[in-house]
Amino acid sequence: MFPEGFSWPLEKWVNGFLDWLVTTHGHTFEAINWGVLQVLIRVERGLAALPWWLIIAIMAGLAWHASRSWRLPLLVIASFLLIGSLGLWAMAVQSMALMIVAVLIAVLIGVPLGVLMAELRAVELVLRPILDLMQTMPPFVYLVPAVMLFGLGKVPAIVATVIYAVPPLVRLTSLGIKLVDSEVIEASQAFGTGRMAQLLKVQLPLALPNIMAGINQCTMMALGMVVIASMIGARGLGEHVLTGIQRLDVGKAVAGGLAIVALAVTFDRITQAYGQRLMRYRQVQDNV
Amino acid sequence: MALIEIENVSKIFGKDPKSVLPLVRQGRSKDEILKQTGHVVGLNEVTLSVEQGEVFVVMGLSGSGKSTLIRHINRLIEPTSGAIHVHGRDILKASPGELQRIRQTQMSMVFQRFGLMPHRTVAQNVAYGLEARGESEATRRAAADRWIARVGLTGYEQAYPSMLSGGMQQRVGLARALATDPEILLMDEAFSALDPLIRHDMQKVLLELQRELRKSIVFITHDLDEALAIGDRIAILQDGRLVQVGRSAEIILEPKTDYVRRFVAGVNRGRALKASDIMQPVRAIEAPSVSGDSILEKVLPIVMGTVAGVRVTDARQEPVGFITRERLVHAIVSGTLE
Repeated sequence: MFPEGFSWPLEKWVNGFLDWLVTTHGHTFEAINWGVLQVLIRVERGLAALPWWLIIAIMAGLAWHASRSWRLPLLVIASFLLIGSLGLWAMAVQSMALMIVAVLIAVLIGVPLGVLMAELRAVELVLRPILDLMQTMPPFVYLVPAVMLFGLGKVPAIVATVIYAVPPLVRLTSLGIKLVDSEVIEASQAFGTGRMAQLLKVQLPLALPNIMAGINQCTMMALGMVVIASMIGARGLGEHVLTGIQRLDVGKAVAGGLAIVALAVTFDRITQAYGQRLMRYRQVQDNV
Repeated sequence: MALIEIENVSKIFGKDPKSVLPLVRQGRSKDEILKQTGHVVGLNEVTLSVEQGEVFVVMGLSGSGKSTLIRHINRLIEPTSGAIHVHGRDILKASPGELQRIRQTQMSMVFQRFGLMPHRTVAQNVAYGLEARGESEATRRAAADRWIARVGLTGYEQAYPSMLSGGMQQRVGLARALATDPEILLMDEAFSALDPLIRHDMQKVLLELQRELRKSIVFITHDLDEALAIGDRIAILQDGRLVQVGRSAEIILEPKTDYVRRFVAGVNRGRALKASDIMQPVRAIEAPSVSGDSILEKVLPIVMGTVAGVRVTDARQEPVGFITRERLVHAIVSGTLE
């Protein structure tokens, strides 16, 4: 046995800290909760109001716009028909809503952070170990503070999802900015470009393919987390899988899993195709 | 006063550049300072001036500090010590906003690897400087069309840089630099990345444009033939130190150090030197005439057909000098005038 006296009250400290946070900053968390909920409700209602064929048409349209080929739209249509035929349409739409909101928030946080990380050494020094830590932690752990601060429900599910999905976006944004050819940056400076214009007109556009890769990863991780977050009250496909497992209803769990895969493939391919399209201008490189 | 005046500029790279300055001023070499302090000397007390309308070439091997030097003129690099005046104005005292304005209006730059923006079309690249300056869309388009035509790229306005060959990309770089109508053109090894034939073409393009535009050009190169081909005056840098400045004939005929001597040893003097570079005072001897602008290679057969030598005449056919057979042969064979 490990000696009992040799211990420290971590659990008590963490609980104490969270209690303190909730009592002193409760209003802030409530405000965040309210804001996120408003956005989520609107996206959910918006998606739910659309007829099923229109959602499929929109997604197929996006797929065509991203890839300019007929193959990807066909894959998208097949995936959504599969989901519908499994009787999981409404749940899939709920999961999509959660994922879309989470990715939106992740982009709003992740891209600026990535830019700061690329530009300021101090930010990188602080952020890098945190990102390393975040990416090695099992996703379940993120549920804990989310539940502590926001209770059970959709908002903590989104918060946990954002925290889980944001690191690759931050990293890839930072990488994209750093990979911009230094001579191009120098050229923009030599022509008297201001700091902000340089970021918006040169650095971000050239980093966009990498940022898009970040959004792709972010989307995939968000979809994964949306499933896990059903444990704390997120509705949707994850819930279906979870009840399937709890009741040992393997068929139910498999159907839910299949629908999740179908969604994942769809979003993965569409975001990847957009990433490819953004690199169009690099086409004829061997000419140089 | 010269257009660009660079006085005692030193640039030291490292943790505490100022602490190394005394060593630089004592005249220690780049290697000594690197060994002793771990600092790299980029420029070592460089003083030079560039006149309005001239092509001023800065030449040196890699590591000689030439690219560092050119970036001091538009302050892409800050000197460790020294002063830089453009038009009599101390540009080291310019605020960030003023510096931005100077870069937008007074000087522009052409880069070794072109520095084009891959996500912009040729037309958008050429108009970039005007866009940074805040010119209207119509002005930008008109200037882009005009300069694209001037560098011979009409028809490629909507192409992306990656679709163009190296030579064409640098034409875009040149058009971009000229589109803002700057007084000063900074060209950092602008043609070094091009293959020899294309490089030669670009030198011709530049000289043609220069004949008409009369910009003040600071041109960096490691290629002496290029320096001789386009430079009105040439400065030679070695390990961050300026070792000689002069017209090409002075550099070839009177190299001041062994380093310069080694540099010019391989030059084709028959082509690089003109009759006016080596002529002596007019002599009252009847002899055939050659123009002062003729290269020695052209003068040689004429001189060989004479006993004494040839007369050199200026543009109005007035005699201005005389070249003896010995002098010509010496100049071509050994690069000396005695």
